[in-house]
Amino acid sequence: MSNITNQTLSELIKNIKTKKLSSFEITKAFIERSEKSKKLNVYVTENFASAIDQAKKFDANPNYDLKLPGIPIAVKDLFCTNGIKTTAGSKILNNFIPTYESTVTQNIWNEGGILLGKLNCDEFAMGSSNETSFFGNVQNPVGENLVPGGSSGGSSSAVAANLTPVTIGTDTGGSIRQPASFTGTVGLKPTYGSCSRYGIVAFASSLDQAGPMSKNVKDAAILLEVISSFDKKDSTSVDFKRNKYSVELTKNIKGKKIGIPKEYRVEGMSDEIENLWKKGIEYVKECGAEVIDISLPHTNYALPAYYIVAPAEASSNLARYDGVKYGFRSSGENLIDMYEKTRSEGFGEEVKRRIMIGTYVLSSGYYDAYYLKAQKVRQLIKKDFDEAYLNVDAILTPSTPSSAFKIGEKSDDPVSMYLNDIFTVPVNLAGLPGISIPAGLDKKGYPLGLQIIGKPFDEQNILNIAYSMEEKINFKNKILDWWI
Amino acid sequence: MTIDLKTVKHISKLARISVDDEKANKLANDLNSIFKFIEKLNKLKTDNVEPLTSIAKTTLRFREDQIKSENIREKILKNSPDENKDFFVVPKVVE
Repeated sequence: MSNITNQTLSELIKNIKTKKLSSFEITKAFIERSEKSKKLNVYVTENFASAIDQAKKFDANPNYDLKLPGIPIAVKDLFCTNGIKTTAGSKILNNFIPTYESTVTQNIWNEGGILLGKLNCDEFAMGSSNETSFFGNVQNPVGENLVPGGSSGGSSSAVAANLTPVTIGTDTGGSIRQPASFTGTVGLKPTYGSCSRYGIVAFASSLDQAGPMSKNVKDAAILLEVISSFDKKDSTSVDFKRNKYSVELTKNIKGKKIGIPKEYRVEGMSDEIENLWKKGIEYVKECGAEVIDISLPHTNYALPAYYIVAPAEASSNLARYDGVKYGFRSSGENLIDMYEKTRSEGFGEEVKRRIMIGTYVLSSGYYDAYYLKAQKVRQLIKKDFDEAYLNVDAILTPSTPSSAFKIGEKSDDPVSMYLNDIFTVPVNLAGLPGISIPAGLDKKGYPLGLQIIGKPFDEQNILNIAYSMEEKINFKNKILDWWI
Repeated sequence: MTIDLKTVKHISKLARISVDDEKANKLANDLNSIFKFIEKLNKLKTDNVEPLTSIAKTTLRFREDQIKSENIREKILKNSPDENKDFFVVPKVVE
Protein backbone atom coordinates (compact mmCIF):
# COMPACT_ATOMS: atom_id res chain seq x y z
CA MET A 1 0.00 0.00 0.00
CA SER A 2 1.88 3.07 -1.24
CA ASN A 3 0.15 5.86 0.57
CA ILE A 4 -2.20 5.45 3.49
CA THR A 5 -2.79 8.98 4.70
CA ASN A 6 -4.27 10.30 1.45
CA GLN A 7 -6.99 7.65 1.44
CA THR A 8 -10.55 8.57 2.26
CA LEU A 9 -12.28 7.17 5.33
CA SER A 10 -14.37 4.80 3.23
CA GLU A 11 -11.24 3.48 1.48
CA LEU A 12 -9.50 2.91 4.82
CA ILE A 13 -12.54 1.08 6.20
CA LYS A 14 -12.64 -1.13 3.09
CA ASN A 15 -8.91 -1.88 3.33
CA ILE A 16 -9.22 -2.81 6.99
CA LYS A 17 -12.23 -5.05 6.36
CA THR A 18 -10.48 -6.84 3.49
CA LYS A 19 -7.34 -7.13 5.66
CA LYS A 20 -5.18 -5.22 3.18
CA LEU A 21 -4.27 -2.84 5.99
CA SER A 22 -4.17 -3.22 9.76
CA SER A 23 -5.32 -0.64 12.26
CA PHE A 24 -1.69 -0.46 13.41
CA GLU A 25 -0.40 0.36 9.91
CA ILE A 26 -3.02 3.06 9.44
CA THR A 27 -2.54 4.59 12.88
CA LYS A 28 1.25 4.56 12.49
CA ALA A 29 1.02 6.26 9.09
CA PHE A 30 -1.09 9.14 10.42
CA ILE A 31 1.16 9.53 13.46
CA GLU A 32 4.32 9.62 11.31
CA ARG A 33 2.84 12.26 9.05
CA SER A 34 1.62 14.25 12.07
CA GLU A 35 5.16 14.10 13.55
CA LYS A 36 6.47 15.69 10.35
CA SER A 37 3.77 18.35 10.39
CA LYS A 38 4.36 20.15 13.70
CA LYS A 39 4.71 23.40 11.78
CA LEU A 40 0.96 23.39 11.13
CA ASN A 41 0.38 23.48 14.92
CA VAL A 42 -2.83 21.44 14.70
CA TYR A 43 -2.39 19.37 17.86
CA VAL A 44 -2.89 20.72 21.37
CA THR A 45 -2.56 17.24 22.87
CA GLU A 46 -1.15 14.18 21.13
CA ASN A 47 -2.43 10.74 22.12
CA PHE A 48 -0.05 8.82 19.86
CA ALA A 49 1.40 6.16 22.20
CA SER A 50 -2.03 5.21 23.48
CA ALA A 51 -3.44 5.19 19.93
CA ILE A 52 -0.76 2.69 18.85
CA ASP A 53 -1.62 0.45 21.81
CA GLN A 54 -5.31 0.56 20.97
CA ALA A 55 -4.64 -0.15 17.30
CA LYS A 56 -2.62 -3.24 18.25
CA LYS A 57 -5.44 -4.33 20.53
CA PHE A 58 -7.92 -3.92 17.69
CA ASP A 59 -5.76 -6.00 15.33
CA ALA A 60 -5.42 -8.77 17.91
CA ASN A 61 -9.17 -9.07 18.17
CA PRO A 62 -10.76 -7.23 15.24
CA ASN A 63 -14.47 -6.51 14.97
CA TYR A 64 -15.32 -5.69 11.35
CA ASP A 65 -18.99 -5.09 12.11
CA LEU A 66 -18.15 -1.72 13.64
CA LYS A 67 -18.66 1.41 11.55
CA LEU A 68 -15.16 2.80 12.23
CA PRO A 69 -13.15 -0.42 12.69
CA GLY A 70 -9.76 0.53 14.17
CA ILE A 71 -9.79 3.96 12.49
CA PRO A 72 -7.63 6.63 14.21
CA ILE A 73 -9.39 10.00 14.56
CA ALA A 74 -8.27 13.31 16.04
CA VAL A 75 -11.01 15.58 17.45
CA LYS A 76 -11.41 19.27 18.21
CA ASP A 77 -10.22 20.13 21.72
CA LEU A 78 -13.69 21.32 22.65
CA PHE A 79 -14.93 17.75 23.26
CA CYS A 80 -14.36 16.48 26.78
CA THR A 81 -12.35 13.27 26.76
CA ASN A 82 -12.28 11.22 29.95
CA GLY A 83 -8.80 11.34 31.52
CA ILE A 84 -7.32 13.36 28.64
CA LYS A 85 -6.66 17.08 28.92
CA THR A 86 -9.35 19.25 27.31
CA THR A 87 -8.48 22.93 26.91
CA ALA A 88 -11.04 24.55 24.55
CA GLY A 89 -7.99 26.47 23.26
CA SER A 90 -7.88 28.47 26.50
CA LYS A 91 -5.31 29.19 29.19
CA ILE A 92 -8.09 28.98 31.75
CA LEU A 93 -8.54 25.23 30.98
CA ASN A 94 -4.86 24.55 30.27
CA ASN A 95 -4.66 21.89 32.99
CA PHE A 96 -8.23 20.57 32.97
CA ILE A 97 -8.69 16.79 32.85
CA PRO A 98 -12.36 15.80 32.39
CA THR A 99 -13.81 12.95 34.42
CA TYR A 100 -16.39 12.18 31.75
CA GLU A 101 -16.64 11.70 27.99
CA SER A 102 -18.71 13.72 25.53
CA THR A 103 -21.52 11.70 23.94
CA VAL A 104 -20.36 12.29 20.35
CA THR A 105 -16.79 11.14 21.04
CA GLN A 106 -18.12 8.16 23.03
CA ASN A 107 -20.21 7.24 19.96
CA ILE A 108 -17.02 7.26 17.87
CA TRP A 109 -15.09 5.01 20.31
CA ASN A 110 -18.11 2.66 20.55
CA GLU A 111 -17.88 2.14 16.78
CA GLY A 112 -14.16 1.30 16.87
CA GLY A 113 -12.61 4.74 16.44
CA ILE A 114 -9.26 5.42 18.17
CA LEU A 115 -8.33 8.85 19.58
CA LEU A 116 -5.23 10.28 17.84
CA GLY A 117 -5.25 13.56 19.74
CA LYS A 118 -6.97 16.84 20.47
CA LEU A 119 -6.97 19.54 17.83
CA ASN A 120 -6.33 23.26 18.16
CA CYS A 121 -9.25 25.70 17.89
CA ASP A 122 -10.16 29.29 18.60
CA GLU A 123 -10.50 29.94 22.33
CA PHE A 124 -13.90 28.62 23.44
CA ALA A 125 -14.71 28.35 19.71
CA MET A 126 -14.84 32.15 19.43
CA GLY A 127 -13.12 33.14 16.23
CA SER A 128 -13.04 32.66 12.47
CA SER A 129 -9.30 32.20 11.92
CA ASN A 130 -7.94 30.08 14.80
CA GLU A 131 -5.90 33.12 15.86
CA THR A 132 -7.60 33.45 19.27
CA SER A 133 -6.24 30.09 20.52
CA PHE A 134 -3.98 30.23 23.59
CA PHE A 135 -1.88 27.61 21.81
CA GLY A 136 -1.06 29.81 18.83
CA ASN A 137 -2.43 30.06 15.33
CA VAL A 138 -2.78 27.09 13.00
CA GLN A 139 -1.33 27.05 9.48
CA ASN A 140 -3.55 26.25 6.52
CA PRO A 141 -1.89 23.49 4.45
CA VAL A 142 -3.10 25.32 1.33
CA GLY A 143 -0.48 28.06 1.79
CA GLU A 144 2.06 29.37 4.28
CA ASN A 145 0.83 31.96 6.79
CA LEU A 146 -2.73 31.48 5.63
CA VAL A 147 -5.45 30.99 8.26
CA PRO A 148 -7.30 27.64 8.22
CA GLY A 149 -10.57 29.32 9.23
CA GLY A 150 -12.17 28.92 12.59
CA SER A 151 -13.11 28.06 15.08
CA SER A 152 -12.48 24.42 14.04
CA GLY A 153 -9.18 25.46 12.39
CA GLY A 154 -7.02 22.65 13.78
CA SER A 155 -9.66 20.22 12.56
CA SER A 156 -9.90 21.62 9.01
CA SER A 157 -6.13 21.86 8.70
CA ALA A 158 -5.63 18.30 9.99
CA VAL A 159 -8.10 16.83 7.49
CA ALA A 160 -6.77 18.84 4.53
CA ALA A 161 -3.14 17.95 5.40
CA ASN A 162 -3.97 14.22 5.77
CA LEU A 163 -3.12 14.12 9.50
CA THR A 164 -6.42 12.43 10.38
CA PRO A 165 -8.82 10.61 8.03
CA VAL A 166 -11.82 12.58 9.33
CA THR A 167 -12.57 14.71 12.36
CA ILE A 168 -15.38 16.34 14.29
CA GLY A 169 -15.75 20.04 14.92
CA THR A 170 -18.40 22.26 16.44
CA ASP A 171 -20.39 24.99 14.72
CA THR A 172 -22.05 27.90 16.54
CA GLY A 173 -22.04 30.46 13.71
CA GLY A 174 -20.06 28.73 10.96
CA SER A 175 -17.17 27.12 12.84
CA ILE A 176 -17.34 23.88 10.81
CA ARG A 177 -18.43 25.19 7.41
CA GLN A 178 -16.15 28.24 7.16
CA PRO A 179 -12.89 26.36 7.96
CA ALA A 180 -13.99 23.55 5.62
CA SER A 181 -14.43 26.15 2.89
CA PHE A 182 -10.99 27.69 3.61
CA THR A 183 -9.19 24.34 3.37
CA GLY A 184 -11.02 22.61 0.51
CA THR A 185 -12.70 20.06 2.75
CA VAL A 186 -16.27 19.03 3.54
CA GLY A 187 -17.97 20.21 6.76
CA LEU A 188 -21.51 19.56 7.95
CA LYS A 189 -23.43 21.29 10.71
CA PRO A 190 -26.39 19.09 11.67
CA THR A 191 -29.85 20.28 12.72
CA TYR A 192 -29.94 21.63 16.28
CA GLY A 193 -30.87 18.63 18.44
CA SER A 194 -29.36 16.03 16.11
CA CYS A 195 -25.99 15.52 17.84
CA SER A 196 -25.76 15.59 21.62
CA ARG A 197 -24.10 18.60 23.22
CA TYR A 198 -23.30 16.61 26.38
CA GLY A 199 -19.63 16.99 27.26
CA ILE A 200 -18.89 19.72 24.72
CA VAL A 201 -17.41 22.86 26.28
CA ALA A 202 -20.37 25.23 25.96
CA PHE A 203 -20.18 28.48 23.97
CA ALA A 204 -23.75 29.47 23.00
CA SER A 205 -26.07 26.67 24.02
CA SER A 206 -28.99 27.51 21.72
CA LEU A 207 -26.69 27.49 18.67
CA ASP A 208 -23.88 24.94 19.30
CA GLN A 209 -23.83 21.71 17.26
CA ALA A 210 -21.12 19.11 16.65
CA GLY A 211 -20.58 17.80 13.15
CA PRO A 212 -18.29 15.85 10.80
CA MET A 213 -15.41 17.25 8.72
CA SER A 214 -13.93 15.12 5.97
CA LYS A 215 -12.29 14.87 2.56
CA ASN A 216 -15.51 14.01 0.78
CA VAL A 217 -19.28 13.81 1.20
CA LYS A 218 -19.47 10.06 1.69
CA ASP A 219 -17.04 10.21 4.62
CA ALA A 220 -19.13 12.97 6.21
CA ALA A 221 -22.20 10.73 5.88
CA ILE A 222 -20.40 7.80 7.53
CA LEU A 223 -19.26 9.94 10.47
CA LEU A 224 -22.62 11.70 10.89
CA GLU A 225 -24.29 8.30 11.13
CA VAL A 226 -21.99 7.50 14.05
CA ILE A 227 -22.20 10.74 16.01
CA SER A 228 -25.89 11.60 15.58
CA SER A 229 -27.93 10.02 18.38
CA PHE A 230 -30.69 10.77 20.83
CA ASP A 231 -29.19 11.44 24.23
CA LYS A 232 -31.07 11.82 27.50
CA LYS A 233 -28.09 13.71 28.93
CA ASP A 234 -28.77 16.66 26.60
CA SER A 235 -32.18 18.21 27.30
CA THR A 236 -32.35 19.64 23.76
CA SER A 237 -31.48 16.35 22.06
CA VAL A 238 -34.32 15.37 19.72
CA ASP A 239 -35.64 11.82 19.46
CA PHE A 240 -36.30 11.48 15.72
CA LYS A 241 -35.80 8.62 13.30
CA ARG A 242 -32.26 9.03 12.01
CA ASN A 243 -31.40 7.90 8.50
CA LYS A 244 -28.61 5.49 7.72
CA TYR A 245 -26.92 8.44 6.06
CA SER A 246 -24.08 6.58 4.31
CA VAL A 247 -26.28 3.67 3.19
CA GLU A 248 -29.06 5.87 1.86
CA LEU A 249 -26.64 8.24 0.14
CA THR A 250 -27.62 8.69 -3.51
CA LYS A 251 -26.63 10.90 -6.44
CA ASN A 252 -30.19 10.91 -7.70
CA ILE A 253 -31.60 14.35 -6.93
CA LYS A 254 -33.89 14.55 -9.94
CA GLY A 255 -36.84 16.86 -9.38
CA LYS A 256 -35.46 18.36 -6.16
CA LYS A 257 -36.18 22.05 -5.86
CA ILE A 258 -33.20 24.21 -4.92
CA GLY A 259 -33.73 27.80 -3.78
CA ILE A 260 -31.33 30.63 -4.62
CA PRO A 261 -31.78 33.47 -2.09
CA LYS A 262 -31.24 36.87 -3.67
CA GLU A 263 -30.26 38.47 -0.34
CA TYR A 264 -27.04 36.44 -0.27
CA ARG A 265 -25.73 38.55 -3.14
CA VAL A 266 -24.13 40.91 -0.62
CA GLU A 267 -22.52 44.25 -1.24
CA GLY A 268 -18.87 44.00 -2.14
CA MET A 269 -18.97 40.27 -2.90
CA SER A 270 -16.17 39.39 -5.31
CA ASP A 271 -16.78 38.25 -8.89
CA GLU A 272 -15.05 35.01 -8.02
CA ILE A 273 -17.65 34.13 -5.40
CA GLU A 274 -20.46 35.27 -7.70
CA ASN A 275 -19.12 33.08 -10.53
CA LEU A 276 -18.63 30.13 -8.23
CA TRP A 277 -22.24 30.41 -7.14
CA LYS A 278 -23.41 30.57 -10.78
CA LYS A 279 -21.34 27.50 -11.56
CA GLY A 280 -22.94 25.74 -8.60
CA ILE A 281 -26.38 26.60 -9.94
CA GLU A 282 -25.43 25.08 -13.31
CA TYR A 283 -24.18 21.93 -11.58
CA VAL A 284 -27.40 21.31 -9.65
CA LYS A 285 -29.36 21.82 -12.87
CA GLU A 286 -27.15 19.28 -14.62
CA CYS A 287 -27.88 16.90 -11.76
CA GLY A 288 -31.56 17.13 -12.58
CA ALA A 289 -32.66 19.53 -9.87
CA GLU A 290 -34.90 22.50 -10.45
CA VAL A 291 -33.59 25.95 -9.48
CA ILE A 292 -35.98 28.51 -8.01
CA ASP A 293 -35.27 32.12 -7.00
CA ILE A 294 -36.32 32.77 -3.42
CA SER A 295 -36.18 35.58 -0.88
CA LEU A 296 -34.94 35.46 2.72
CA PRO A 297 -35.69 39.11 3.51
CA HIS A 298 -34.14 39.30 7.00
CA THR A 299 -30.73 37.87 6.03
CA ASN A 300 -29.04 41.22 6.62
CA TYR A 301 -30.08 41.22 10.27
CA ALA A 302 -28.75 37.75 11.07
CA LEU A 303 -25.20 38.76 11.92
CA PRO A 304 -26.11 41.63 14.28
CA ALA A 305 -28.69 39.41 16.00
CA TYR A 306 -26.08 36.66 16.34
CA TYR A 307 -23.64 39.09 17.97
CA ILE A 308 -26.19 39.66 20.71
CA VAL A 309 -27.48 36.11 21.21
CA ALA A 310 -24.13 34.30 21.08
CA PRO A 311 -22.18 36.62 23.43
CA ALA A 312 -25.14 36.76 25.85
CA GLU A 313 -25.21 32.97 26.13
CA ALA A 314 -21.42 32.86 26.26
CA SER A 315 -21.25 35.32 29.16
CA SER A 316 -23.58 33.05 31.13
CA ASN A 317 -21.85 29.81 30.13
CA LEU A 318 -18.37 31.14 30.88
CA ALA A 319 -19.36 32.42 34.33
CA ARG A 320 -18.34 28.99 35.63
CA TYR A 321 -14.64 29.70 35.04
CA ASP A 322 -13.81 31.28 38.38
CA GLY A 323 -10.58 29.52 39.33
CA VAL A 324 -12.17 27.62 42.21
CA LYS A 325 -12.68 23.98 41.28
CA TYR A 326 -10.59 23.49 38.15
CA GLY A 327 -8.53 25.33 35.60
CA PHE A 328 -6.15 28.27 35.92
CA ARG A 329 -6.19 30.39 39.10
CA SER A 330 -4.48 33.70 39.73
CA SER A 331 -3.82 34.95 43.25
CA GLY A 332 -5.87 37.76 44.75
CA GLU A 333 -6.21 39.65 47.99
CA ASN A 334 -9.68 38.25 48.56
CA LEU A 335 -12.17 36.00 46.78
CA ILE A 336 -13.56 38.67 44.42
CA ASP A 337 -10.07 39.87 43.57
CA MET A 338 -9.07 36.27 42.83
CA TYR A 339 -12.08 35.85 40.48
CA GLU A 340 -11.35 39.07 38.63
CA LYS A 341 -7.64 38.41 38.17
CA THR A 342 -8.20 34.75 37.24
CA ARG A 343 -10.66 35.70 34.51
CA SER A 344 -8.60 38.66 33.33
CA GLU A 345 -5.42 36.56 32.97
CA GLY A 346 -7.11 33.27 32.02
CA PHE A 347 -9.23 34.48 29.10
CA GLY A 348 -7.86 35.91 25.84
CA GLU A 349 -8.89 39.23 24.30
CA GLU A 350 -11.66 37.99 21.99
CA VAL A 351 -13.30 35.90 24.71
CA LYS A 352 -13.21 38.84 27.12
CA ARG A 353 -14.67 41.10 24.45
CA ARG A 354 -17.58 38.72 23.92
CA ILE A 355 -18.20 38.23 27.64
CA MET A 356 -18.33 42.02 27.95
CA ILE A 357 -20.82 42.34 25.05
CA GLY A 358 -22.94 39.57 26.57
CA THR A 359 -22.83 41.01 30.07
CA TYR A 360 -23.81 44.41 28.73
CA VAL A 361 -26.78 43.23 26.64
CA LEU A 362 -28.11 41.19 29.56
CA SER A 363 -27.57 43.91 32.15
CA SER A 364 -30.42 45.71 33.86
CA GLY A 365 -32.08 48.28 31.61
CA TYR A 366 -30.62 46.92 28.35
CA TYR A 367 -32.15 43.42 28.19
CA ASP A 368 -35.26 44.44 26.20
CA ALA A 369 -33.39 46.73 23.83
CA TYR A 370 -30.83 44.11 22.87
CA TYR A 371 -31.45 40.51 23.91
CA LEU A 372 -35.23 40.47 23.52
CA LYS A 373 -34.92 42.38 20.26
CA ALA A 374 -32.41 39.83 18.95
CA GLN A 375 -34.69 36.93 19.87
CA LYS A 376 -37.50 38.56 17.92
CA VAL A 377 -35.23 39.03 14.92
CA ARG A 378 -34.25 35.40 15.27
CA GLN A 379 -37.93 34.49 14.96
CA LEU A 380 -38.18 36.50 11.73
CA ILE A 381 -35.10 34.79 10.30
CA LYS A 382 -36.54 31.38 11.10
CA LYS A 383 -39.85 32.40 9.52
CA ASP A 384 -38.01 33.39 6.33
CA PHE A 385 -36.67 29.86 6.05
CA ASP A 386 -40.02 28.24 7.00
CA GLU A 387 -41.73 30.14 4.20
CA ALA A 388 -39.00 29.41 1.68
CA TYR A 389 -39.24 25.70 2.47
CA LEU A 390 -42.89 25.68 1.40
CA ASN A 391 -41.55 25.93 -2.15
CA VAL A 392 -38.05 24.42 -2.12
CA ASP A 393 -36.29 21.34 -0.69
CA ALA A 394 -32.92 22.98 -0.05
CA ILE A 395 -31.05 26.26 -0.52
CA LEU A 396 -27.73 26.84 -2.30
CA THR A 397 -25.40 29.71 -1.29
CA PRO A 398 -21.67 30.44 -1.13
CA SER A 399 -20.12 29.27 2.17
CA THR A 400 -18.02 32.37 2.77
CA PRO A 401 -17.70 35.85 1.24
CA SER A 402 -13.97 35.29 0.51
CA SER A 403 -11.24 32.66 0.45
CA ALA A 404 -8.71 32.18 3.28
CA PHE A 405 -6.83 35.31 4.34
CA LYS A 406 -3.36 35.84 5.78
CA ILE A 407 -2.60 35.40 9.47
CA GLY A 408 -2.89 38.82 11.16
CA GLU A 409 -4.81 40.39 8.28
CA LYS A 410 -8.10 40.82 10.15
CA SER A 411 -7.17 40.34 13.79
CA ASP A 412 -7.27 44.06 14.64
CA ASP A 413 -10.81 44.65 13.42
CA PRO A 414 -13.43 42.47 15.16
CA VAL A 415 -16.31 43.52 12.89
CA SER A 416 -14.48 42.64 9.66
CA MET A 417 -13.61 39.27 11.23
CA TYR A 418 -17.28 38.71 12.13
CA LEU A 419 -18.33 39.33 8.50
CA ASN A 420 -16.70 36.00 7.58
CA ASP A 421 -19.75 34.23 8.94
CA ILE A 422 -22.36 36.23 7.05
CA PHE A 423 -23.61 33.20 5.03
CA THR A 424 -23.34 30.62 7.80
CA VAL A 425 -24.82 32.42 10.84
CA PRO A 426 -28.49 32.47 9.65
CA VAL A 427 -28.41 28.65 9.53
CA ASN A 428 -27.46 28.43 13.22
CA LEU A 429 -30.05 31.01 14.24
CA ALA A 430 -32.75 28.93 12.51
CA GLY A 431 -31.30 25.63 13.83
CA LEU A 432 -31.04 24.15 10.31
CA PRO A 433 -28.57 21.66 8.82
CA GLY A 434 -25.95 23.01 6.42
CA ILE A 435 -23.03 21.50 4.54
CA SER A 436 -20.06 23.20 2.89
CA ILE A 437 -18.38 21.44 -0.02
CA PRO A 438 -15.28 22.54 -1.92
CA ALA A 439 -16.37 23.94 -5.29
CA GLY A 440 -13.34 25.58 -6.90
CA LEU A 441 -10.15 27.58 -6.48
CA ASP A 442 -9.77 31.33 -6.69
CA LYS A 443 -7.03 33.16 -8.67
CA LYS A 444 -4.57 32.62 -5.84
CA GLY A 445 -5.26 28.90 -5.86
CA TYR A 446 -7.15 29.00 -2.55
CA PRO A 447 -10.28 26.85 -2.13
CA LEU A 448 -13.82 28.25 -2.18
CA GLY A 449 -16.88 26.45 -0.86
CA LEU A 450 -20.58 26.25 -1.60
CA GLN A 451 -23.16 25.74 1.14
CA ILE A 452 -26.32 23.67 0.91
CA ILE A 453 -28.90 24.42 3.61
CA GLY A 454 -31.64 21.92 4.38
CA LYS A 455 -34.96 21.61 6.19
CA PRO A 456 -34.81 20.58 9.86
CA PHE A 457 -33.65 16.94 10.22
CA ASP A 458 -33.25 16.61 6.45
CA GLU A 459 -29.49 15.91 6.55
CA GLN A 460 -29.97 13.05 4.09
CA ASN A 461 -31.25 15.43 1.44
CA ILE A 462 -28.38 17.93 1.68
CA LEU A 463 -25.88 15.07 1.76
CA ASN A 464 -27.43 13.68 -1.44
CA ILE A 465 -27.33 17.06 -3.19
CA ALA A 466 -23.71 17.56 -2.06
CA TYR A 467 -22.84 14.02 -3.21
CA SER A 468 -24.21 14.54 -6.69
CA MET A 469 -22.64 18.02 -7.02
CA GLU A 470 -19.29 16.68 -5.80
CA GLU A 471 -19.04 14.39 -8.79
CA LYS A 472 -19.73 17.24 -11.24
CA ILE A 473 -17.37 19.68 -9.47
CA ASN A 474 -14.53 17.14 -9.32
CA PHE A 475 -12.55 19.41 -6.97
CA LYS A 476 -8.79 18.97 -6.71
CA ASN A 477 -7.06 20.61 -3.77
CA LYS A 478 -3.58 22.01 -4.43
CA ILE A 479 -1.63 21.02 -1.34
CA LEU A 480 2.10 20.81 -1.92
CA ASP A 481 3.33 19.76 1.56
CA TRP A 482 5.29 23.03 1.89
CA TRP A 483 5.67 22.50 5.64
CA ILE A 484 7.48 19.16 5.41
CA MET B 1 -25.23 55.52 21.79
CA THR B 2 -21.62 55.32 22.85
CA ILE B 3 -20.01 53.20 25.52
CA ASP B 4 -17.73 55.32 27.68
CA LEU B 5 -14.92 54.35 30.02
CA LYS B 6 -17.19 54.39 33.04
CA THR B 7 -19.57 51.91 31.40
CA VAL B 8 -16.69 49.61 30.44
CA LYS B 9 -15.51 49.62 34.06
CA HIS B 10 -19.05 48.87 35.22
CA ILE B 11 -19.47 45.93 32.81
CA SER B 12 -16.07 44.55 33.74
CA LYS B 13 -17.12 44.60 37.38
CA LEU B 14 -20.33 42.70 36.52
CA ALA B 15 -18.36 40.22 34.40
CA ARG B 16 -15.72 39.77 37.14
CA ILE B 17 -12.90 40.58 34.75
CA SER B 18 -10.38 43.16 35.96
CA VAL B 19 -9.46 45.70 33.30
CA ASP B 20 -6.75 48.37 33.53
CA ASP B 21 -7.22 51.84 32.00
CA GLU B 22 -5.29 51.13 28.82
CA LYS B 23 -7.29 47.94 28.15
CA ALA B 24 -10.52 49.72 29.05
CA ASN B 25 -9.88 52.35 26.39
CA LYS B 26 -9.23 49.72 23.74
CA LEU B 27 -12.32 47.78 24.84
CA ALA B 28 -14.48 50.92 24.67
CA ASN B 29 -13.34 51.42 21.07
CA ASP B 30 -13.99 47.80 20.10
CA LEU B 31 -17.38 47.70 21.81
CA ASN B 32 -18.46 50.93 20.16
CA SER B 33 -17.67 49.63 16.70
CA ILE B 34 -19.42 46.33 17.47
CA PHE B 35 -22.52 48.05 18.87
CA LYS B 36 -22.64 50.39 15.91
CA PHE B 37 -22.88 47.27 13.79
CA ILE B 38 -25.46 45.64 16.10
CA GLU B 39 -27.70 48.69 16.15
CA LYS B 40 -28.66 48.02 12.56
CA LEU B 41 -31.43 45.98 14.22
CA ASN B 42 -33.19 49.16 15.34
CA LYS B 43 -34.29 49.74 11.75
CA LEU B 44 -36.47 46.65 12.01
CA LYS B 45 -39.97 46.87 13.51
CA THR B 46 -40.58 43.89 15.79
CA ASP B 47 -43.49 45.01 17.99
CA ASN B 48 -45.76 42.05 17.29
CA VAL B 49 -43.11 39.37 16.95
CA GLU B 50 -42.86 36.55 19.50
CA PRO B 51 -39.24 36.14 20.68
CA LEU B 52 -37.65 32.84 19.68
CA THR B 53 -36.26 31.36 22.89
CA SER B 54 -35.52 27.83 21.73
CA ILE B 55 -35.22 26.10 18.38
CA ALA B 56 -35.81 22.61 19.75
CA LYS B 57 -39.52 22.07 20.30
CA THR B 58 -38.83 19.75 23.19
CA THR B 59 -40.09 20.15 26.72
CA LEU B 60 -37.69 19.33 29.51
CA ARG B 61 -37.72 15.64 30.32
CA PHE B 62 -37.85 14.26 33.84
CA ARG B 63 -35.63 11.42 34.93
CA GLU B 64 -35.02 9.39 38.04
CA ASP B 65 -32.39 10.88 40.33
CA GLN B 66 -29.90 8.03 40.17
CA ILE B 67 -26.17 7.89 40.77
CA LYS B 68 -24.56 6.53 37.62
CA SER B 69 -20.85 7.30 37.92
CA GLU B 70 -18.43 5.45 40.15
CA ASN B 71 -16.68 7.30 42.95
CA ILE B 72 -14.67 9.98 41.15
CA ARG B 73 -14.17 12.32 44.09
CA GLU B 74 -10.39 12.04 43.94
CA LYS B 75 -10.26 12.66 40.19
CA ILE B 76 -12.44 15.73 40.53
CA LEU B 77 -10.39 17.14 43.42
CA LYS B 78 -7.24 16.58 41.38
CA ASN B 79 -8.39 19.34 39.00
CA SER B 80 -8.43 21.80 41.88
CA PRO B 81 -5.95 24.67 41.35
CA ASP B 82 -5.09 24.75 45.05
CA GLU B 83 -4.07 21.32 46.20
CA ASN B 84 -5.75 19.89 49.24
CA LYS B 85 -6.76 16.27 49.38
CA ASP B 86 -10.23 16.79 50.82
CA PHE B 87 -11.53 20.23 49.85
CA PHE B 88 -11.49 23.00 47.29
CA VAL B 89 -9.51 25.84 48.82
CA VAL B 90 -10.30 29.53 48.18
CA PRO B 91 -8.98 32.77 49.68
CA LYS B 92 -10.36 33.57 53.12
CA VAL B 93 -13.96 34.86 52.86
CA VAL B 94 -15.03 35.25 56.52
CA GLU B 95 -12.78 37.18 58.94
